[in-house]
Amino acid sequence: MATSITQGGQAAPGAKVGGQVGRSLPRLEARAKVTGRAEYTHTMRLAGMLHAKIFRSTVAHGRIKSIDVSAAAKVPGVYRVVTADDVRKVIPSPYYGPAFHDQPILAIDKVHYVGEPVAAVVAADPHVAEEAVQLIVANYEELPAVFDEIEAAHNKTLVHEELKPAGTFADLKHLKGRKGTNVALDFKLRRGDVDKAFAEAAHVFEHTFHTQKVLHLPLEPFASIADWNESGVTIYSATQGPSFVRTEIARLLGWPENRVRIKVPYLGGGFGAKLYIKMEALATALSMIVRRSVKVALTMEEQFYTITRHPSTFRIKTGVDATGRITARKCEVYWNGGAYADVGPRVAQKSGFTASGPYDIDNVWVDSYALYTNLPPAGALRGFGIPQLVWGYESHTDMIARALKLDPIEFRRKNLLREGRPQATGQIVREVQLEAVLDRVAERLNWGKPLPAGTGALRRGRGVAVAIKAVIAPTTSVANLTIAGDGSTTLYCGTIDMGQGSDTAMAQIVGEVLDIPAETVRIVPRDTDVTPYDMGTLGSRSLYHMGHAVRLAAEEARAKIKAMAREVGEPEGSNIPLPDLFKKKFGMQAGNIVGTGTYKPDYVPPDPATGLTDNVTPFWMCAASGAEVEVDTETGHVRIARLVTAVDCGRPVNPKIVETQISGAVLMHLGFTMFETMHIDAGQVTNASLADYKIPAMLDVPQVMENEAVDSHLASGPFGAKGVGETATFCVSPAIANAIEDACGVRLTSLPLTPEAVFRALRVQANAPLEDEE
Amino acid sequence: MTRTISFSLNGEQVSAEIKPHHNLVEVLQREFNLMGARESCGQGMCGCCTVLVNGEAVSGCLYLAAFVDGAEVKTVESLAEARTQALSPVQEAFIEAGAFQCGYCTPGFLLMTTQLLDRYPEPDEDQIRHYLSGNLCRCGAYPEIVDAVKLAARKRKNPRPA
Repeated sequence: MATSITQGGQAAPGAKVGGQVGRSLPRLEARAKVTGRAEYTHTMRLAGMLHAKIFRSTVAHGRIKSIDVSAAAKVPGVYRVVTADDVRKVIPSPYYGPAFHDQPILAIDKVHYVGEPVAAVVAADPHVAEEAVQLIVANYEELPAVFDEIEAAHNKTLVHEELKPAGTFADLKHLKGRKGTNVALDFKLRRGDVDKAFAEAAHVFEHTFHTQKVLHLPLEPFASIADWNESGVTIYSATQGPSFVRTEIARLLGWPENRVRIKVPYLGGGFGAKLYIKMEALATALSMIVRRSVKVALTMEEQFYTITRHPSTFRIKTGVDATGRITARKCEVYWNGGAYADVGPRVAQKSGFTASGPYDIDNVWVDSYALYTNLPPAGALRGFGIPQLVWGYESHTDMIARALKLDPIEFRRKNLLREGRPQATGQIVREVQLEAVLDRVAERLNWGKPLPAGTGALRRGRGVAVAIKAVIAPTTSVANLTIAGDGSTTLYCGTIDMGQGSDTAMAQIVGEVLDIPAETVRIVPRDTDVTPYDMGTLGSRSLYHMGHAVRLAAEEARAKIKAMAREVGEPEGSNIPLPDLFKKKFGMQAGNIVGTGTYKPDYVPPDPATGLTDNVTPFWMCAASGAEVEVDTETGHVRIARLVTAVDCGRPVNPKIVETQISGAVLMHLGFTMFETMHIDAGQVTNASLADYKIPAMLDVPQVMENEAVDSHLASGPFGAKGVGETATFCVSPAIANAIEDACGVRLTSLPLTPEAVFRALRVQANAPLEDEE
Repeated sequence: MTRTISFSLNGEQVSAEIKPHHNLVEVLQREFNLMGARESCGQGMCGCCTVLVNGEAVSGCLYLAAFVDGAEVKTVESLAEARTQALSPVQEAFIEAGAFQCGYCTPGFLLMTTQLLDRYPEPDEDQIRHYLSGNLCRCGAYPEIVDAVKLAARKRKNPRPA
């Protein structure tokens, strides 16, 4: 049930402290982070804790013939070597996952990708465990493997013989998978009649785009510590979703949730990697087996075998009438989900809602397939598939404008979704500043004035892109708040602060409602024994959903303060200080005021046959980016002279933090756009280290970077706010590719946009392809 | 095979029992409960494990603990004033400029910035970018880090009156 919204952005009556929402308050945990005292799971230790190291598959698809652990078990200091047989003695059905229960704690009978955990060594000294892992020998009967998403869609090689839907999340209840195929989910959207519209269109364009496999690469690698005994299990974990971990561990153990406790310190980055369930199940199983607390902390290399972003193939076809209106768009998207579904089905479905882009199109056809392959699993990465789709549809849109000799911005403006018009799903679009973000980017790029084309081998160009995303629904957040006898306020909420500044923003919301300085609010470290349910810190949902829950909890507390004041005989409108109020009520510094808030917006599931619904999302996010580039046509090197991004995040609760979220998101996507790629040879990642997989560093920051949150106020948002974590990621890749074509006339349809890719395309354009070019 | 090493750690004389393969980060964490230097890439590529040994920044994940025998070691925990715990100008500047998000890489950036400003009190933007190019921040706080370094330089030049 959606809760009614009150007092958008106004300070409480009689405010003395002043508005807390809208302050650029430094992060509450800033001191802990600059003194090195902030706690992370990867560096956490429990007394008497053992360390586990993982033995991993060397084949992409194979039947396990034997695992010889005898030499490993003999290494002095090894406590125990564990395989799936041992796991099944303590957890009979050890399969987990948010969409399908398809992932075993350790491989059972078969391995499904290179790098899959097959056995684990437990020792007091992590070096001993590591050494012993090297002595494990496994033999496999290799099976045919499938790596490419298009092959997986049509091939007879099956990654899994059986599909086991999880049924956990409300939005994935319909999941069945397609028996006898590699399809975990096929989302369909059917609006109007695309075939008829294509037949009647003045122009029809069709292109195919690809994205590569990239990695979240949080600098704090995955880590979980489990401490199990018969009465309960406590898990310390670097997770973005303690409530889901708790539910899933309770299910695996056949226990009620109240015997499972998840504690989460600060996260050293997440970006979607640390969602759902990762190392927690293995740590728990090992702790059950050895009856000691066990830590599973991965190395950077092992992150490459744990979760990645989805590679994708996007076939897109658009019909345009003689006036430049888009009349039809058909989108076929193939998501390479790797060996385990993780949350790939949600990526395929949610992104499918907006695969046709931020445009007003009467006839839309979307097929979005989540596919199993024999690669490391893919999940959510800052955007839930949207950046891959925007890469395709905004490159495609630019190619159409170019072919029709229309100004790329005018062509977009002409077709943008306007307020009050139905989006492809059928939901009426409200409160999304698509025109404003595009206008601001155009202004900042001086679009009205021509850009000098460059001299000699150095060619200059510019490009733009604009995008929309539906925030995930339906999801629930719960928050509790207490006020102590001295008037001090404590907030209990499950949103994980992994760097996005959520603790600070939530404190600002509490401060706004209770009229107290945000920095006086204490946020309790995440602990499912005390912090209530939250669906997860993901998809830019927290500020809206948890923000509302926190607002409601604070409002309830505020109402109780007033009631207490009445009860003790204070006159209406009394400003009695809280400590005095508590003393009047309890005779001393004693008692509590407790407020609670629950927020779950309305949602109407899409019709399974048509994908249509009039309420698919509580709010829309949108962004535009623009790039000016200089291409060295002799080397293919692209210099980004200017990168501009404008987002609609509603009203910024903390403008400084919003600014850093925008620029951080842009820089992360600059890496995915320009150079990051996991090289894979027969299923084996060949660059699984920071020495071979480059991420953006200081010198990769563009000379000029401009970021902006446009004026916006979401009436249904907490104090006008929307989420912002993902928004600035959407448009970076196509804006740069569009600028490259503008500069030197070559169009790249696969990421990343490396100098080699640009150079090869230039040689093809010059009718002198490189000799190894097909 | 263990051996005992003695060294100066953040100004105090200490000793530790170590094995030859132990790196500096694990010894600082295990023996001294100093968690500010953290292992991330394990290859000396990211700078999260930065520690100063005899005034030079080293990658603590690759630097064998045995090498610090007799040396002077400083970690991020030494930046704040020992008695009052007042933050250093570099730490203050990082907070004021919003120069971190998750904070995992921050100790490395703080130590490298401190070393930069010790050697070049008024660095220009190019110098800052090059000096800090060996430290990685996946949250992408680089623009704010450059701002913080400039702010820290100003703070060090004009200390606030006590």
